[in-house]
Amino acid sequence: MSLITHHEVPIPGTYMFDGRAAMKGYALNKMCYSFNNAENRAEFKNDEDAYCTKYGLNDEQRKAIHERNVLAMIHAGGCIYYLAKFAGIFGLNVQEIGAQQTGMTLEAFRQKLKDQGE
Amino acid sequence: MARVVGGLTTSHIPAIGNAVPREKELANDPYWKPFFAAYPPARAWLQKMNPDVAVVIYNDHGLNFFLDKMPTFAIGAAARYENADEGWGIPKTPPYQGDPELSWHIIESLVADEFDITSCQEMLVDHGFTVPMSLFWPGNSYGGIKTVPVCINTVQHPLPSPLRCFKLGQAIGRAIESYPKDLKVVVLGTGGMSHQLDGERAGFINKKFDLLCLDKLVNEPEFLTKYSIHELVREAGAQGAEFILWLAMRGVLHGHVTKIHSSYHIAVSNTATGLLVLENAA
Repeated sequence: MSLITHHEVPIPGTYMFDGRAAMKGYALNKMCYSFNNAENRAEFKNDEDAYCTKYGLNDEQRKAIHERNVLAMIHAGGCIYYLAKFAGIFGLNVQEIGAQQTGMTLEAFRQKLKDQGE
Repeated sequence: MARVVGGLTTSHIPAIGNAVPREKELANDPYWKPFFAAYPPARAWLQKMNPDVAVVIYNDHGLNFFLDKMPTFAIGAAARYENADEGWGIPKTPPYQGDPELSWHIIESLVADEFDITSCQEMLVDHGFTVPMSLFWPGNSYGGIKTVPVCINTVQHPLPSPLRCFKLGQAIGRAIESYPKDLKVVVLGTGGMSHQLDGERAGFINKKFDLLCLDKLVNEPEFLTKYSIHELVREAGAQGAEFILWLAMRGVLHGHVTKIHSSYHIAVSNTATGLLVLENAA
């Protein structure tokens, strides 16, 4: 075991939200954190583009938000704990987000979860 | 002197926060039945022990803390803690009573013990704290219990190692047992077990590893402190790293404990759920 994790063998399909990701995703995560507040959620729904501009999102982040693409948000520095608040605006739960990221139907994703209990 | 009577660990999945007010009507629901059926023995044990204080070791998921300031170890020192809107519609729970005098004693003792703590005189508590309180005190009947929230960072890597969290728990245990008031204290460790919400590996669950953790945590927690965070993420999933909160709970207890009850179920939401009740050696 080493003290510093930068050179660990990557875990496929897994993203450590480290300092590098935190720098890259700050604006996106800050916007999603604002969705704890119902007025902010309403303001976003009313004019998404204006809200993204207010928080200073870059083009990559805006595109990911526009397309509701969770993997693209993660690549743009998003942290799942804040992204979940964005997903909440659209009533998406973590199983629906999981299905989207793994390219599975919701039913197949649920079955996969269940099968791991066998 | 204050005494740690035992500890409980439970998953804190937000979906449970929605289900728990409807526990009675879900008693025969095929999805929820195996989950809720695990809790009556834990509640019975708590009733028997009748604790005065619950020290709740949990993680904040972006309600109280944002990335602008992210403490590794934060401890509440307020007379009262509130829950608030987390953005996805779990019902808000009634407020929690604090014990600022005990909180400050623990903070002072931890800093003297070389743990650098962020003290919080205002602190919102999220589902990591509230869901276990609702599960263990049905109908949110926790009004008579004082609480001390202990929040460990699991959001922003680097996270504190399993060993560090276990040692933090040991230091909390020493702090509590040097408190001059005659109090019975129970300690909660929340979160887990294996789960991953993000990335192409979303939906990952590792039953074999979870069962190993449930077993070793009772009598051989040192075995689990040998994992790095990276190894824990590999074995338990990105959010399965919340297991450090369970290890911190175990650190608070003495070396010898009695296992009162345990349960394991796959899955609620994306998560393997686990429950463990440990009584501390006198």
